Amino acid sequence: MAEMDTSGGGKHKKGPGVKKGKKMSTRVDLTPMVDLGFLLITFFIFTTTMSQPTAMKLFLPDDTAKPEEQNKAKESGALTILLGKDNNVFYYEGILKADASGTNFKSSNFKEIRDVLIQKKQSTDTADLVVVIKPNDESTYKNVVDILDEMSINLIKRYALVDISPDEEQLIKITEGSAPSGGK
Amino acid sequence: MSRPKIARKSTTIDMTAMCDVAFLLLSFFILTTKFKPSEAVPVDTPNSVSSKIAPEKDVVMISLNKDGHVYISTGDSKEDKDNKREMISTINTSKNLGLSEADINALVKAPFIGVPISQLSQQAKLQTEQMTAQTLPGIPCVDSANNEMVDWMLAVRTVYEGQHEPNILLKGDNVSKYTSFKNIIFAFKKNRFFKFQMVTNPESVPQGSDLWKQATSGKKTE
Repeated sequence: MAEMDTSGGGKHKKGPGVKKGKKMSTRVDLTPMVDLGFLLITFFIFTTTMSQPTAMKLFLPDDTAKPEEQNKAKESGALTILLGKDNNVFYYEGILKADASGTNFKSSNFKEIRDVLIQKKQSTDTADLVVVIKPNDESTYKNVVDILDEMSINLIKRYALVDISPDEEQLIKITEGSAPSGGK
Repeated sequence: MSRPKIARKSTTIDMTAMCDVAFLLLSFFILTTKFKPSEAVPVDTPNSVSSKIAPEKDVVMISLNKDGHVYISTGDSKEDKDNKREMISTINTSKNLGLSEADINALVKAPFIGVPISQLSQQAKLQTEQMTAQTLPGIPCVDSANNEMVDWMLAVRTVYEGQHEPNILLKGDNVSKYTSFKNIIFAFKKNRFFKFQMVTNPESVPQGSDLWKQATSGKKTE
């Protein structure tokens, strides 16, 4: 143990056999230094963020392509998802029907849309399945990324990001008045 | 019968070795830590299950903050900075801005560009510390009539023509509206950039989903 000799130089032993001055040990107690070292290590471990930002790929369709070269979506395999404000999600299968005989326009939210997608995926042929995503101007970037993420979670290979049509916009406006605010 | 004598041993342990280990680990952590650079434009990115690490080379990054302001920046490497210089020069000649060499140098040094093209010379005069989301109005792209992102992406296309494709990264904020996103995508498409990546935070795959099943069965995911 490292101890300071505080006795002072007052008591000199005398005599021929006594050596002058006590030989001090060179050993230093390293325990506090180890403590300090591990403290700093813990600090650095906790302040380091291991996560690096990841990136999600998105391929855009070429709008200028000739209509005959575009891939046609089968009505039976199409699922259109509409994103509204306040995290509201709406969807319909096939072609939008909104007349007196009834409508296939349904509202949902981000928790339930996965079940809808899973169901749709099971009930249709993989080659026909196509999901059309139409965010409206009120929806946020997070909504779009979340829904694209749902595509990768459910391994849906064919999906497209398409501009919303005025009819659909109108329907969202009407439904949002009565729809419960979406979850998440 | 006398008990055998056990030599009384000292209870102190030599701490030198432990100290060495502690400081070795400490220096390892200090040297491997990369401090997150403070961002002048704070962007809160959404989460995704994507596990691909965002690239750091040949990057053209478009940031979209919570107010829908758009900023463009490039990577920090020398090639990226050279490309940025060329981009600014291209804009300078095509729009007849008459920027001086010093202005262009200042803009290349700036961490990002965030003003309408007509105000570039004013941004060049700002100090780096003064360039924040509060002081800069962002590149206008709110409506399709006045979408300067198209001009910027055209400059990117011109600069990277003949080289390999740049990694276009879009870093959007959770709460920014889809309108700005749509106009950015419009600018991409207009200049034949059909591939881009969105910066996200990693998130775990929900259990029981198809992707989760694929990952646990050991197949390679994209």
